[in-house]
Amino acid sequence: MSITADDVRAWIGAYANTISEHRVELVRLDTAIGDGDHGTNMERGMRAAVEKLETVDGDDIGALLKAVGMALVSKVGGAAGPLYGTLFLQMGMATGGRSELDLAGWGAALEAGVKGVQARGKAEPEDKTMIDALLPALDALRAAEADGADLGDALRRSAAAAEEGMKATIPLEARKGRASYLGPRSVGHQDPGATSSHLLLAAAAETFG
Amino acid sequence: MKKLINDPGAVVKEALEGIEAAHGDRVRVIYDPAVVVRADAPVQGKVGIISGGGSGHEPMHGGFVGVGMLDAACPGEVFTSPTPDQMLEATKAVDGGAGVLHIVKNYTGDVLNFEMAADLAKGEGIDVEAVVTNDDVAVQDSLYTAGRRGVGITVIAEKICGAAAEERKPLAEVAELCRRVNGQGRSMGMALTPCVTPGSGQPSFELGDDEMEIGIGIHGEPGRYREKLAPAADIVERLATAIADDLPYESGDRVLAFVNGMGGTPLIELYVVYRELDRFLQGRGISIERRLIGDYITSLEMAGCSITLLKLDDELTRLWDAPVDTPALRWG
Repeated sequence: MSITADDVRAWIGAYANTISEHRVELVRLDTAIGDGDHGTNMERGMRAAVEKLETVDGDDIGALLKAVGMALVSKVGGAAGPLYGTLFLQMGMATGGRSELDLAGWGAALEAGVKGVQARGKAEPEDKTMIDALLPALDALRAAEADGADLGDALRRSAAAAEEGMKATIPLEARKGRASYLGPRSVGHQDPGATSSHLLLAAAAETFG
Repeated sequence: MKKLINDPGAVVKEALEGIEAAHGDRVRVIYDPAVVVRADAPVQGKVGIISGGGSGHEPMHGGFVGVGMLDAACPGEVFTSPTPDQMLEATKAVDGGAGVLHIVKNYTGDVLNFEMAADLAKGEGIDVEAVVTNDDVAVQDSLYTAGRRGVGITVIAEKICGAAAEERKPLAEVAELCRRVNGQGRSMGMALTPCVTPGSGQPSFELGDDEMEIGIGIHGEPGRYREKLAPAADIVERLATAIADDLPYESGDRVLAFVNGMGGTPLIELYVVYRELDRFLQGRGISIERRLIGDYITSLEMAGCSITLLKLDDELTRLWDAPVDTPALRWG
């Protein structure tokens, strides 16, 4: 089993739909500890990404992911724009020229993306950010790979770890982004960035699994 | 919620069209990506100065584009940082060969997007320096937060740096001046009501009829603490004490005092605030040498105010007094 360029297109489309479905929830989460625009911004960005993909021909997965990254960088704004943009741009760099990805290839792409997000945003685990969903997802994927799991199983374990990481942001005090201005008042709220990151990996498990 | 708009999704673009229609003699507007540019940009041999941020803070920053202040402004969506492609476009449009200064308010989104833009501009051979403003004493500056927010001092820094750039000061000097203004400036704000973004249609936070939020941000984010509404004199004393003790501003200091409305506060109340601030500072032996009173860095229709103090010296005073000709700030 492997991930093809068409699968990647389907994943981006599925993520765009998921974001639209969860827009109100993301806005609500972001209103509690941020400025309430995360759902709206991500929806605008993912719509632009889907439109952009329609203009990219061929089966180079790297080119597709880079196109998504550029669309997000120029359309999302806020902190999420450069962070999600960097995630996809780095994933694109790691998959340039590839028309198919196996579990190891997907793992390498995800790792490059997550490292890019860390370098751009300088967030550590437990800062209450998207990293709290992305890093556990990457670790779970690597662990599944080491266990000899197949692609579908590994992706599901990765998505489950992202969900757990997302929920684990609830009791945390934010140390990055606008939520950090609230200090202890940020405790008790789920991080919107970790939520949209979990949705991304859940969409991957759905589509590729 | 009632708003004087046509379409929540078109507010930013339609406001830009209004700015272009009204101020076409001073600025021109690029729509894709959105940038407000000084009409005569690029000015050869002059450092270009750009800033940007979410919309909803008008007149900041688009209203400050013109002779003696900004060369370009990048408006984002409401309360959302603009994007690197806008900043790159602005940087290229104002580069007159002397380099470009990015004045960036310290918000994670603004900082990340401007960093990406600076990387792109340097890749195109443009000399870029960025200065991040972070004057909001309401936020504790620690390793465990994103740091202090950039608020009122940004307007003052744009004016003073704009004047220095008109004198053909080199980029390094204008950037250093910007850091000095930021370093000698402190601010704090408060809100009587939340604001409502056109996109969400919901108040940014809940506040009781008899409550106020102290230490408010400019994006409708809640502040430091919430209290029962108090007389203006008490509110000013709380804000001014936090500001004055922070730098600290001391007896004998000369300052620029900036009393800013958040968008929904009548000028009559801002003058009450100014009266209290003047008395407070006199009591501490601090003299107000220059002042600015009005709505300059707003938060949509939020009611409330912010106070900014800048410690002045002869050079800063001279640059503040230098001529400026923008849609929202004009003298000399």
